[in-house]
Amino acid sequence: MSSVDMIEKAVQSERTSFRQAAKDMDSLTRRPEQRETVGEVRVEDPRVRCNDVNVYYGEKHAVMGVNLDIGRNEVIAMIGPSGCGKSTFLRCLNRMNDTIVGCRVTGQIFMDDQDINASGIDVVPLRAMVGMVFQKPNPFPKSIWENVAFGPRIHGLAHNKAELEEMVVTSLQRAGLWEEVKDRLEQPGTGLSGGQQQRLCIARTIAVGPEVILMDEPCSALDPIATAVIEDLIDELRGHYSIVIVTHSMQQAARVSQRTAYFHLGNLIEVGETTQIFTNPVHKLTEDYITGRFG
Amino acid sequence: MQTSMLIVVLLILSSIAFYLGRRRAFAVARGRARNLHSLPSYYGYYVALWCGLPALLVAGLWFSAEDAIITRMLVDNLPPEVRSLEPGRVDLVLNDIHNLVNGNITSREPDAAMLAAADHYRQLRATSHAALSVVALALAIVAGTFSLTRIRPEHRARNAVERIVMALLIACSSIAILTTVGIVLSVLFESLRFFQTISLFEFLFSPQWSPQTALRADQVGSSGAFGAVPLFAGTLLISFIAMAVAVPIGLLSAIYLSEYAGRRLRASVKPLLEILAGVPTVVYGFFAALVVAPMIRDAGLSLGLDVASESALAAGLVMGIMIIPFVSSLSDDVINAVPQSLRDGAYGLGATRSETVRKVILPAALPGIVGGILLAASRAIGETMIVVMAAGMAANLTANPLEAVTTVTVQIVTLLTGDQEFDSPKTLAAFALGLVLFVVTLLLNIFALHIVRKYREQYE
Ligand SMILES: Nc1ncnc2c1ncn2[C@@H]1O[C@H](COP(=O)(O)OP(=O)(O)O)[C@@H](O)[C@H]1O
Ligand SMILES: [Mg+2]
Repeated sequence: MSSVDMIEKAVQSERTSFRQAAKDMDSLTRRPEQRETVGEVRVEDPRVRCNDVNVYYGEKHAVMGVNLDIGRNEVIAMIGPSGCGKSTFLRCLNRMNDTIVGCRVTGQIFMDDQDINASGIDVVPLRAMVGMVFQKPNPFPKSIWENVAFGPRIHGLAHNKAELEEMVVTSLQRAGLWEEVKDRLEQPGTGLSGGQQQRLCIARTIAVGPEVILMDEPCSALDPIATAVIEDLIDELRGHYSIVIVTHSMQQAARVSQRTAYFHLGNLIEVGETTQIFTNPVHKLTEDYITGRFG
Repeated sequence: MQTSMLIVVLLILSSIAFYLGRRRAFAVARGRARNLHSLPSYYGYYVALWCGLPALLVAGLWFSAEDAIITRMLVDNLPPEVRSLEPGRVDLVLNDIHNLVNGNITSREPDAAMLAAADHYRQLRATSHAALSVVALALAIVAGTFSLTRIRPEHRARNAVERIVMALLIACSSIAILTTVGIVLSVLFESLRFFQTISLFEFLFSPQWSPQTALRADQVGSSGAFGAVPLFAGTLLISFIAMAVAVPIGLLSAIYLSEYAGRRLRASVKPLLEILAGVPTVVYGFFAALVVAPMIRDAGLSLGLDVASESALAAGLVMGIMIIPFVSSLSDDVINAVPQSLRDGAYGLGATRSETVRKVILPAALPGIVGGILLAASRAIGETMIVVMAAGMAANLTANPLEAVTTVTVQIVTLLTGDQEFDSPKTLAAFALGLVLFVVTLLLNIFALHIVRKYREQYE
């Protein structure tokens, strides 16, 4: 083979591999398309109304054009395979995505006819109004009492010691923890059991008087008994708050929620009454998920 | 054979032994490594270690004993008039002979007897080296062959090699530990000698420090006073000033870097801060003596204050700057170790960034930060160069940072530099001071590490 032939051949193979690479790039960057949501996303007199919410992590489009209402005194469950954007969407509702570098949120989220994404909105009162409970219980390394008093203190809610005391006690009572800890309020919150810690975190959230509570897989780090206690608690709390709960357990969604939203690859696929979603899903993807075909 | 040559030959022999051992392992396994207890190369290492280690060990022992033996033989052969000299003079002659052998300058013109002795020395040394080469090589070959013959498929070469490696590692670490123990013991014993002349009570509690003593009986000089209180006070004063500078600046910059700064800024500023830690202390020292001290004096003069040209303040300020990277990088580690979930919890409740830092992150990180500060303090107490250059030598007992003070480390330096009688209280005082310094920094370190460790456990 002459050297000219060799060069020709090298250039050829270079070209083919370049074309292949370009094709690969294309299929990688081509975005999963946005889909229409099946079911009724709107409710009468919503507590929160989301219009066309999109979230981007840098280039990655993690939540796509979600429209959803959250009603008053309802528990709405978010289900879907992991990585579909449930947590990301949940964090939009109290603007916790602000704390993530490179995260960008578009669209409108109305509470009381006020867009929380509008410029000039202060996140401090917003986060007092929309509380959050995390996947892993994260009490501060302080006493039980101090954990619950933390929120009222930073928001200046109590005018004197007695009021603060009152807030701590009612929050602990409402979180169903009072009977277990009333004799050891001075002990560290980190010394409690996992389920108690999670209820302490709920009490801490309640103490600032929120109207909406966001819960991101609140039971996934807990044993079944502690989970059952928290589920009962969620049912009681519904009387006072709107609750958005992300869960991996479909049984849990069925037990505690009135409405269910199914997410898939950043899309809100289907929303409906919980009983309808679990007995009679409309969308094929929803059906596949709840019958356990994937996820 | 030259020493270096001998070592090279031994290494070559070991590599050959490795090769032979492996091949023999294959041979006894009839070519199938599966029949062997260990991988074939372990048999190679086994033979190589047997071949090299004993020979090297013998060579090492030989060298450490060689000089003493040859010198003894030399002395026996010296002319009687030299041997009858007093021991100190004999040593001098021997020293000259050594110098002659090594081609160095001698203390006086060598005479015939010395030249002969030097020749004799050379001869003896050559013989000794030749003998060593023969012995070492013979040992290497014998031990190597012996171990080679022991190779059987069921021979546990891997376990043997692991044991030898472990023994080597233990030997190395014991060298480090034994040296430390040796240093501590020597300091301890010399200090005990010091405390035979000066009482421990006087040393620890008397406020008078003036270590100059008369060297000879007929000399006019002070009798010496060894009350170390001014030194302790000076050390404390300077360390206190240093910590007062380093702790706030270091801690606040750590907070800024870990909680406020963007990723890009952090990536460029952190290494910069760590460069500060790499500046040699002597550079800080002349910075303190030539820049900071005059600046402070001038500032003091313009305020009508009387400032010494060497002041505790100058030394303390610069030492504080030196310690900043310590405090900031230790605090930064500790702050970063506070789990993200705690930050999320605080932000989720509506806390602002500074509330989160003040009410959640700092309390959670406090034990670790305290540990880091104590480590920095022990560094400040032991620091010498800056204080030697900037704080002066005057053993003033004062709390005024504008006066010259002196520290434990500075006094150790001054006590041991210059012409000294080794067993005068003046020299021995340095050991006593060293002992105090050692005990204090050791306690500080133990305490600090204990705190840091406990803190780590909290989040694991
Ligand atoms: N901080 C982040 N930076 C970049 N990408 C992220 C980040 N958090 C989540 N993502 C991506 O966004 C998508 C949705 O994530 P997430 O909302 O955590 O899913 P889910 O909670 O449903 O399991 C995933 O593909 C995930 O990789
Ligand atoms: Mg999630």
